[in-house]
Amino acid sequence: MLHRYTVPLTIFGALALAPLLGFGAGHSLSLLARAMILGLGALGLSVLVGGAGLVSLGHAASFGIGAYAVVMLDAAGITDAGVVFPTSVLAAAVFALLTGAVAIRTAGVNFIMITLAFGQMAFFTAASLSAYGGDDGYTLYARTRLFGTKLLENRWFFHYLLLALLVLAWLAGRRLLASRFGRVLRAARENPLRLQALGFSPYPYQLLAYTLAGALGGLAGALLANATEFVAPSFIAWQRSGDLLFMVILGGLGQLHGAVLGALAFVLLEEYLAELTPHWRLIFGPLLVLVALYLKGGLLGLVQRRG
Amino acid sequence: MVEPLLELRGLTKAFGALKVTQDVSLSVLPGEIHAVIGPNGAGKTTLVHQVSGTLAPDAGSIRFNGRDVTGLPLARRARLGLARSFQITAVLPGFSVLENAALAVQARSGSSFRFWRAAATEAALNEAALGALAQVGLQDRAETLAGDLSHGERRQLELAIALAMQPRLLLLDEPLAGAGPEETERLVGILAGLKARYGILLVEHDMAAVFALADRISVLVYGQVIATGTPGEIRTNRQVRDAYLGEDH
Amino acid sequence: MNTQLLLIQSLNGLQFGVLLFLVAAGLTLVFGVMDFINLAHGVQYMLGAYLGASFAAATGSFWWALLLALPVALLAGLLLEWLVFRHLYARDHLAQVLATFGVILSLNQLVRMVWGSAPLQVPVPALLEGGIQLMPGLTWPTYRAAILLAGLATAGLLWLVVERTRIGALVRAGASNAPMVAALGVDIHRLFMLVFGCGAMLAGFAGVMAAPILSVEPGMGDTVLILAFVVIVIGGIGSVRGAFIAALLVGLIETLGRSLMPDLMRLFLAASPARQTGAALASMLVYVAMAGILAWRPRGLFPVRAG
Repeated sequence: MLHRYTVPLTIFGALALAPLLGFGAGHSLSLLARAMILGLGALGLSVLVGGAGLVSLGHAASFGIGAYAVVMLDAAGITDAGVVFPTSVLAAAVFALLTGAVAIRTAGVNFIMITLAFGQMAFFTAASLSAYGGDDGYTLYARTRLFGTKLLENRWFFHYLLLALLVLAWLAGRRLLASRFGRVLRAARENPLRLQALGFSPYPYQLLAYTLAGALGGLAGALLANATEFVAPSFIAWQRSGDLLFMVILGGLGQLHGAVLGALAFVLLEEYLAELTPHWRLIFGPLLVLVALYLKGGLLGLVQRRG
Repeated sequence: MVEPLLELRGLTKAFGALKVTQDVSLSVLPGEIHAVIGPNGAGKTTLVHQVSGTLAPDAGSIRFNGRDVTGLPLARRARLGLARSFQITAVLPGFSVLENAALAVQARSGSSFRFWRAAATEAALNEAALGALAQVGLQDRAETLAGDLSHGERRQLELAIALAMQPRLLLLDEPLAGAGPEETERLVGILAGLKARYGILLVEHDMAAVFALADRISVLVYGQVIATGTPGEIRTNRQVRDAYLGEDH
Repeated sequence: MNTQLLLIQSLNGLQFGVLLFLVAAGLTLVFGVMDFINLAHGVQYMLGAYLGASFAAATGSFWWALLLALPVALLAGLLLEWLVFRHLYARDHLAQVLATFGVILSLNQLVRMVWGSAPLQVPVPALLEGGIQLMPGLTWPTYRAAILLAGLATAGLLWLVVERTRIGALVRAGASNAPMVAALGVDIHRLFMLVFGCGAMLAGFAGVMAAPILSVEPGMGDTVLILAFVVIVIGGIGSVRGAFIAALLVGLIETLGRSLMPDLMRLFLAASPARQTGAALASMLVYVAMAGILAWRPRGLFPVRAG
């Protein structure tokens, strides 16, 4: 049995060392940045799916809203991080609160379909915003300014900022799931009727968790906009929500660092396959099917069985 | 005259043309065990659902602790002190035995909108939970996953969870279902120990246990209460013997 | 002029609605009977369209294409069932979502490889060219009318089968309580194969019918799929009647919204912002309607599932 911190420390350690070990070249660094940003969003989704049992198929919407908040503020000439990031987070949280208020009233498969539908709503809305590029997307002239500086343009700074945020989110997520609140969430996943018989209404707990995951997704979206310096409706396409769900499962659902591992594996795999053949999805798709069918416990499960 | 803790008046529930409970009236006094018996399909489970709040009656009222709770959902009734156990055990299999009970304690002590401190380190929750486990003799299994317990132990945990809620009334839905002879003996012992401290509405199949434990018994046949009385009265009641006991004896 | 536009758009909306119904009917029954959420159902619709387009090009006849495409679509559906879906029935919704998502990625890519990324055009069959005169100076394309009629006829037939035959009774019983039907000694798996095959064929039929009026392209099934989800969630999962009413409703809202919203906004706003807000609102309309209906009835308009 591995020590319980061995795997997460290895993952975060590798990410911390990567720029120093020759992965500092432009492309691989931005690849890692993308993986960490997706990992941040996947962490929130992992709390929802693995913790609260809420399988959301619309999580990319929170990314999109966070990213479009950056775009809209940019178009209005506002690029200060002190305004941009809180706005992204808040906007995504409000969207999650409003859509979650409807979605969580239903359960199980209805929840999956409704979150998917709301994600699609965000997608079509973004595509109809012709002032912000419509279908074609919107190119940011510069990254968000941090205290009036262009620090976010510095790849190294950006890399370690992302890593710090990722570690913070991981720690906070762990605390959350272990707390009283998290205990109620986990019980709601295992048996909602039992929870009610104890005197809890699962609804406010689940709604708050959904809102928090949305907020984290909003932050990730704002960071993604900064990483790519470009935002398009394709960020919100429902396939991106499917990708996020896949990352969570690929890494392993039981523990939060599984989401980070899954995001890393996903991004690297996608990159590797895309270099191999333009029809990489023809390999990726069946792989996904196989993971869903046979890789119970995800990559973490594999690692831990070995250990 | 003691004010009853729970009072059902004229509870009626039909599924389509089938009347599952018909004009059921009965009461539970503080500290009393009132058992409901009846053959399969008599409407016992539907009655439990209506009392606990998972099913709304078509007619009739439920008063609990001096308050009309007929329209209140399950969670609200639980917060008022009505604890139910489940016939098909509904412990949380991925939680430890202790955490199962601690969650029940948590429901009654302070807000659960606390996000930072690890709940497992809250001594007050754990102590009360251990107390409840001790009452059913499960304290040595506290760290075991509830999913790994034997059937009888799960039944004990069901009880411990209900006790950890510090309820006024226990609504026990066939707490002995599926238990072997030894387990039954242990569970009956535990239930006897709870007597007088809680009002208990006991819905149970096991006749020997019911006659040993109950202060009063109501007999439910085809959704109707055909008799209510002390175990002695029920045993000698002609109607009951014909309708029900006759089949078994 | 405005009432004429309204009439035409309403008819278009109904026509779109019956197409949606053809896709949603299979989805809702498959879900109702097997508790199986199949994201890849939209793929059936796409396959139908592509097969229709190919056979039409090869034979030069739309009717031959229709006749040939249906059995091939059915076979493709049964093949997918055998390869992937039957391994998922006993699994949780999360695994079903992921695996069928993988199937979508694979098949969208396969379609791209075989037919290319460019949209295909299918000519309207000669028999159904031209328009029907609704009133002096107002015509509606005959082909759209044919779709509407064919859709209504199929819906009627389906209603007869589900409500009036023994198989239909089993399907309805399965949707409200599957374990009960299994307990009655019915081979639930064979029943499901039947339902699944019918569903696949109906979606394929919708695809062939839609081919002449929509562009046939990879991913075309995804949009329809999500609207079909909205339809079955609104209608109540497992309910064919619910799916029918909800499909017409969604078709109308979607079509009327897109054509009328910008005009409606002109009442309050200047031309350019009106077009924008109108377009954005129109893309949200269906989902807002869904949210409204679910807030009112969380289990849809015609819930079937017991308990």
